[in-house]
Amino acid sequence: MSEKVLMKGNEALAEAAIAAGCRHFFGYPITPQTEVAAHMSKRMPKIGGVYLQAESEVAAINMVLGASAAGVRAMTSSSSPGVSLKAEGLSYLAGSDLPAVIVNVQRAGPGLGGIQPSQADYWQATRAPGHGDFKMLVFAPSTVQEMVDLGAIAFDLGDKERMPAMILSDGLLGQMMEPVVMGSEEKKVQEKPWAVSGHKNKREHNVINSLYIDPPNMEAILKARYERYAEIQENEQRCEEYLTDDADIILVAYGASARISRSAVDAARKENIKAGLIRPITLWPYPDKAILSKIGTTKVFLCVEMSTGQMVDDVKLIVNGKRDVRFYGRTGGVVPTPAEVLNEIKKIKGGI
Amino acid sequence: MNFSRPHALTKAQFHYCPGCSHGIVHRLVAETMDELGIEGKTVGIAPVGCAVFAYNYFNCDMVQAAHGRAQAVATGIKRALPDNIVFTYQGDGDLAAIGTAETVHAATRGENITVIFINNAIYGMTGGQMAPTTLPGQITQTTPYGRSVKDAGHPIRVCEMLATLEGVALAQRVSVDSVKNVKAAKKAIKKAFEYQMEGKGYTIIEIVCACPTNWGLPMQESLDWLRDNMLAYYPLGVLKDVKEAKE
Amino acid sequence: MSMNLLLAGFGGQGILFTGKVVAYAGMLDGKEVSWLPSYGPEMRGGTANCSVCVSGSPIGSPLVTAPDVLVAMNLPSLEKFEDTVVSGGMIIVDSSIVEAKIKRKDVKAIYLPATRLASDNGLKGMANMVIAGRLYKETKFCSENAFNEGIRKSIPARKQELLDNNMAAVKIGMKSGA
Repeated sequence: MSEKVLMKGNEALAEAAIAAGCRHFFGYPITPQTEVAAHMSKRMPKIGGVYLQAESEVAAINMVLGASAAGVRAMTSSSSPGVSLKAEGLSYLAGSDLPAVIVNVQRAGPGLGGIQPSQADYWQATRAPGHGDFKMLVFAPSTVQEMVDLGAIAFDLGDKERMPAMILSDGLLGQMMEPVVMGSEEKKVQEKPWAVSGHKNKREHNVINSLYIDPPNMEAILKARYERYAEIQENEQRCEEYLTDDADIILVAYGASARISRSAVDAARKENIKAGLIRPITLWPYPDKAILSKIGTTKVFLCVEMSTGQMVDDVKLIVNGKRDVRFYGRTGGVVPTPAEVLNEIKKIKGGI
Repeated sequence: MNFSRPHALTKAQFHYCPGCSHGIVHRLVAETMDELGIEGKTVGIAPVGCAVFAYNYFNCDMVQAAHGRAQAVATGIKRALPDNIVFTYQGDGDLAAIGTAETVHAATRGENITVIFINNAIYGMTGGQMAPTTLPGQITQTTPYGRSVKDAGHPIRVCEMLATLEGVALAQRVSVDSVKNVKAAKKAIKKAFEYQMEGKGYTIIEIVCACPTNWGLPMQESLDWLRDNMLAYYPLGVLKDVKEAKE
Repeated sequence: MSMNLLLAGFGGQGILFTGKVVAYAGMLDGKEVSWLPSYGPEMRGGTANCSVCVSGSPIGSPLVTAPDVLVAMNLPSLEKFEDTVVSGGMIIVDSSIVEAKIKRKDVKAIYLPATRLASDNGLKGMANMVIAGRLYKETKFCSENAFNEGIRKSIPARKQELLDNNMAAVKIGMKSGA
């Protein structure tokens, strides 16, 4: 399937998972992620896979946990309110060192919120997907092709690091169609000697567990896990830079906001304003190196988000007061326009 | 005949209280695995509750699940490994309160798994609070004046409820309060695993158990209380059996 | 060339499908394309609109807020989006449904009785493809080959028997306004 086809972001994500060897999908209906589950329900029976509509988001994520414990690649998808319900399972996955891919096609919140695109779950994804000390890989595609590419990476890296990985999409990326080319090579799924697939009287029993009743023991386990997190932070951060080398104003935006920001950067350049864009592709690990490397060369960072300002915290932490960090956002399902962002760039330009 | 530890039990010492029925039921499940020769292909799921450490006691592969989610986890495992044997081991709070949705839907889907359900009418691990199966009038830490059905509703008869669902192959209530009943319980548990091996669908064995510690009764009296009160509300017997229904 | 197209009308008028045809055709012509529907509770009979971008360079925002071309297949759509069209742009209305006139003087105004033309030719329900034909004639946003292929690819394999009627509707649109 290496032909270029026009595909919805949600469907591309489903196809990417299938191409990555995922044959177990557990979901629950919610807008605007519907097409992921619908596509899986259509495809899985034809390729010997499992599509199961669970009784709740809570059950779905725990089915994913079971399938992952059994050693297979498993996935679930939802939208913001549903992801809140998955918080418990995400914490248990992380605490049990289990990989899984979780899709969040973000809509507006809090509460039932709205069904239009949003990026207001950044904190949830990167700070507190559930209780306890843990991290989750978070990927932020900004094109339909990237849904495919990052879908595969999320499975691979999740398996390698034995941790859950989230694809943080939004209603705009999920619903839009773009040309996409699927990868053609068959994915080799990693050996999982830790899986609970029956010991066949050949080894000690495997146990998948997140309970450690002895505090020093648990602290040691958490410290070891955080050492792995530190390595991931060092080695796995990804981002794209666009016209940043000479930029006086560097926009920082991910996902759908990054597309809008890129249009704004192009418009600014036409007006001889030196604007650029850093687009984080991994939100955890956050691409701090790219931002650090530009502190000396740029004058202002401008975060553009579809929220009231969440990722801007990370940029401020990295910049650490050495440069001005501004924010522009629309929220509640409102998508900012390139013209609005350009206007913001011009305001900043006037002040520097 | 030697009375020895079944192979499917590890050498770890149980942490259960004196007079608790968990030890007996663990043994019955382990004996079943030995007799059916399935330890090597069985995956068990431990709950949250007194049996949370079951992963230390069973020699088969084990997963520790979140509170109430054992049957969702079991579903994920069984769908990934349809040729393996999968069982959950859950208490009344885990299965019939926080995990009711997971229980009902695993049953109605006819998930080909076996559920070992310990009903002792109380939350044990947290120190004796009202369970969904606590009897009317029963005193617990959170029903200090006795369970009022007006305020707290009525206890759930899980097997009767599940027996109405098409996906259930076997729903049977047993007890381990006497030698005779222990033997009957063993037979029921073995039958449930056999049904799973034959692909018949969802099987649940409810074991009415005593909790002397949280009931605040000496061991012998707790068994009397079980027989006088628990078995009156939760009568022993087969609530559904697809094989008997066909014959 | 690049084109930012906004198609709007009632649900069920084939707005999303027309957008898909344009996007597919642009892609087959080697261009960057994006297609973005409005989504929500209005599945049938409500308002539907669709943003399509066709460009020689990567597409930033797929949400068309200042269209080069607006296709309005009902009055609410014309009223809602008329002012957003760029100066020098184009508005195509289905004049068999929209009786109002286009107020803007700085855009090319095209009145095409697409619904009537379709039903007069036994192609009821294909006003959208009549408009697609006219849209192509006016903009030539891709090669004719790519356009025809885009139509074929947009129709699911199991519904290919509808291809002939779609092509016939497109031809009516292409011949209109001569």
